[in-house]
Amino acid sequence: MIDQLKTDFDKTITNLKLSNKGIEIRRKSLNQFSENGFPNKRIEDWKFSDLNQIISSNIKGLNFYSNLTSDKVDESIFINKFKHNKIVFINGVISSIDLSHEDETKVSLSKNLDLDEDRKEVNPLISLNNAFTSSYIRVIVHENYSFNNPLIIYNISNNNLKSTALNLRTDIVLEKNTNLKLITLFDDNSENNFINIIQNFDIAQDAILKSYKIDHKKNSNIKYFYNNINLGKNSISENFIFSTGSKFIKNEVNCNLNDQFSSAFINGIINLTDTQHHEIKTNINHLAENTKSYQLIKSVLNDNSKGIYQGKIFVDAKAQKTNGYQLSKALLLNENTEFNGKPELEIYADDVKCSHGSTSGNLDEDSVFYLMSRGLSRQQSKELLINGFLMDAVEKITDFEIKDLIKDLMGIAE
Amino acid sequence: MDAREKEIEKLKDYKYGFSTDIENTRAPKGLNEEVIKFISNIKKEPKWMLDWRLKAFERLKQLKEPNWQKPKYPKIDYQDLYYYSAPKSMDDKPKSLDELDPKLLETYKKLGIPLQEQARLNGIAVDAVFDSVSVATTFKGELNKKGIIFCSMSEAIQEHPELVKKYLGSVIPLSDHYFATLNSAVFTDGSFVYIPEGVRCPMELSTYFRINATETGQFERTLIIANKGSYVSYLEGCTAPMRDENQLHAANVELIALDDAEIKYSTVQNWYPGDKDGKGGIYNFVTKRGLCKGKNSKISWTQVETGSAITWKYPSCILKGDNSVGEFYSIAITNNHQKADTGTKMIHLGKNTKSKIISKGISAGFADNTYRGLVDIARNADNARNFTQCDSLLMGNKCGAHTVPYIKNKNSSSNIEHEATTSKISDEQLFYCNQRGLNQEEAVSLIVNGFCKEVLQQLPMEFAVEAQKLVGISLEGSVG
Repeated sequence: MIDQLKTDFDKTITNLKLSNKGIEIRRKSLNQFSENGFPNKRIEDWKFSDLNQIISSNIKGLNFYSNLTSDKVDESIFINKFKHNKIVFINGVISSIDLSHEDETKVSLSKNLDLDEDRKEVNPLISLNNAFTSSYIRVIVHENYSFNNPLIIYNISNNNLKSTALNLRTDIVLEKNTNLKLITLFDDNSENNFINIIQNFDIAQDAILKSYKIDHKKNSNIKYFYNNINLGKNSISENFIFSTGSKFIKNEVNCNLNDQFSSAFINGIINLTDTQHHEIKTNINHLAENTKSYQLIKSVLNDNSKGIYQGKIFVDAKAQKTNGYQLSKALLLNENTEFNGKPELEIYADDVKCSHGSTSGNLDEDSVFYLMSRGLSRQQSKELLINGFLMDAVEKITDFEIKDLIKDLMGIAE
Repeated sequence: MDAREKEIEKLKDYKYGFSTDIENTRAPKGLNEEVIKFISNIKKEPKWMLDWRLKAFERLKQLKEPNWQKPKYPKIDYQDLYYYSAPKSMDDKPKSLDELDPKLLETYKKLGIPLQEQARLNGIAVDAVFDSVSVATTFKGELNKKGIIFCSMSEAIQEHPELVKKYLGSVIPLSDHYFATLNSAVFTDGSFVYIPEGVRCPMELSTYFRINATETGQFERTLIIANKGSYVSYLEGCTAPMRDENQLHAANVELIALDDAEIKYSTVQNWYPGDKDGKGGIYNFVTKRGLCKGKNSKISWTQVETGSAITWKYPSCILKGDNSVGEFYSIAITNNHQKADTGTKMIHLGKNTKSKIISKGISAGFADNTYRGLVDIARNADNARNFTQCDSLLMGNKCGAHTVPYIKNKNSSSNIEHEATTSKISDEQLFYCNQRGLNQEEAVSLIVNGFCKEVLQQLPMEFAVEAQKLVGISLEGSVG
């Protein structure tokens, strides 16, 4: 794999026309990645998902270089329920940007691929992304501006993309007192690719970010989706992860509550069939006083699927008056399913309220009986209970339009 | 202050911190085949036992010391330790307590463990382990009448080789992990218990471990076998003198419960925790594992961990038999610079197996307290049930409390619940107690005892009182 990496790296940097300094920085990241390659289960964070094994058994001859140019967008896949701004990636190439609903002077964009040096290399996949980033967009929302309509980032792939590793990156900067609703939507029509996405959010004082990640279309791609969120004073970040589509996806959220009164919410659902394998990993760092975090993850596992939740709340010695909460519930509906959890607390301050809970099991037979005694069939009763179970997390979404969209995708009519 | 006064001052904090001046027989320093042969020879072990030890030693050479734990410690030089140390008077085995070195009797008396016949009114049979050897086992005759075997490990190897051969290493295999394998190679003594079919052990069995010699590691091995339908409750206590060096204690404990048998294993661990600045203290790296081999068997671990500089242990249950039950009750108290990384593993293999984990962690001063646990439900463990609760209490903002549970569920008919909370003693609670005339320290002790009650209740009565006092003492000086 190392030779392939090196030749593909050379191709990528020639293709991207980078500055010498930029190439130097990327080369460092490449070396970092090639030292250990894809993470395997011997690495604690990947204990339950051996990515090295998943990639080698699903993708034959993985390429790290893609020379696809942007294709025409099939407009039928766009969401037509509400007006929105669009950034469209097709096969990892930015194909169109449409911010027509917003004030141009208040939003600035940058696509400069010569990335700065201060990028952190927290894990091998981020190093890989840093070395190969082929599409990059930075959105800056200037002070005191609220987006009129949501921004949807479409990640579309079609069947021209085969056995390729895509490395994309988005940076969102919310200056003071701004407001943005963001949806990252995957629409995969390709097979057996490895898609590695990093999103960075810098949220300044009093700003509000609502970020929804939707992976709903069944596909055989392997994905790693990393979010890094930095929160300033009195800011809010709301996250929702809708995880049902890909063969494998690991959603990782690292959230730093850097200043007082900031809060972070991470809710999500995992709903799997066949041999799907999804993981949500969160890392909430309470670094200042009076910060708050809330997490609720619901998983439903069918057939031979496997769900994983690894959550960690870290409370620094400075972060007194922290309020942290974490709950993971899983339903195992088939005897061949598997759920693994690692809800972790690491606490160094004494005046805190931190708790977590985790349960896993099957549907409550008494509840099924109750519904059947009222005339529902067994199948209907089960569906009702499962939907109710998942809705707990969906109801946490504070934006009504987007909540409806997600209910639609789940096939739940109002 | 002269040296003696200083000594007395120190002993106030840890009253078991004295050392007994007694002549020792020691193995040569270092870890090699010769030393293992020396240990085996001095204990007059049969050849199969020596071969077993050497096999473990071969394996040890290939193993690496684990380093994933939270409390880090300076590298241990395994060649700089004595692996065997015994009071000289034990060279020719004394036949009865009357022949036992009075100094030893004195030591145990001071520790509150009377070994002499006339003092045996409290009805607990004791096996006393001093450094590397078992010095006395009480109540033997009475137990023998019921067919119960309660003796030191060395004696068991001589007298009941068929049982030892069959069960030793059957729960903790030779090649398990670094410290367990080290123990298998150099273990010196420990207790052996066998309860025959259908017998309910009429009294509490107990082992008291004492480290006395310097620069030695204590490596004891305990093996408890409860045959069909039997019951035994076993207690373990430990102390060590105050020394500036860190001493290693790497024990292995194996429990085997056959059909319908029940084993209750309680530990009150009070090894020397080091001084206020974190100097000295015992490294308590122990492997404890129980196997519920038969149907309807039950193993229950209760531990009160107040001592040791570093406690690193996970008493576990392998629930192999159908309908078997595993329980784990733990209180871990860390103060000053103590560190604890403890918890349990519940491995559900049989059908309708149940497990319950209650863990209470209390952290004060500069201490770090980690609960690390695993609940693993195998594919065939239908209707398995687990409940886990881990609560942590923090006192002051220089200490840490961590929870790292691993939950693996491969069976859809199983049911797992886990909950954890972290909090501090609220001002309202303290105020309420103060108002009723308790001073700050009494109030904290009362509240902490309440916090721990669920676990303390599980201890046999004689121990519960002791443990309750210990909880108060361990936290002395942590409030202010």
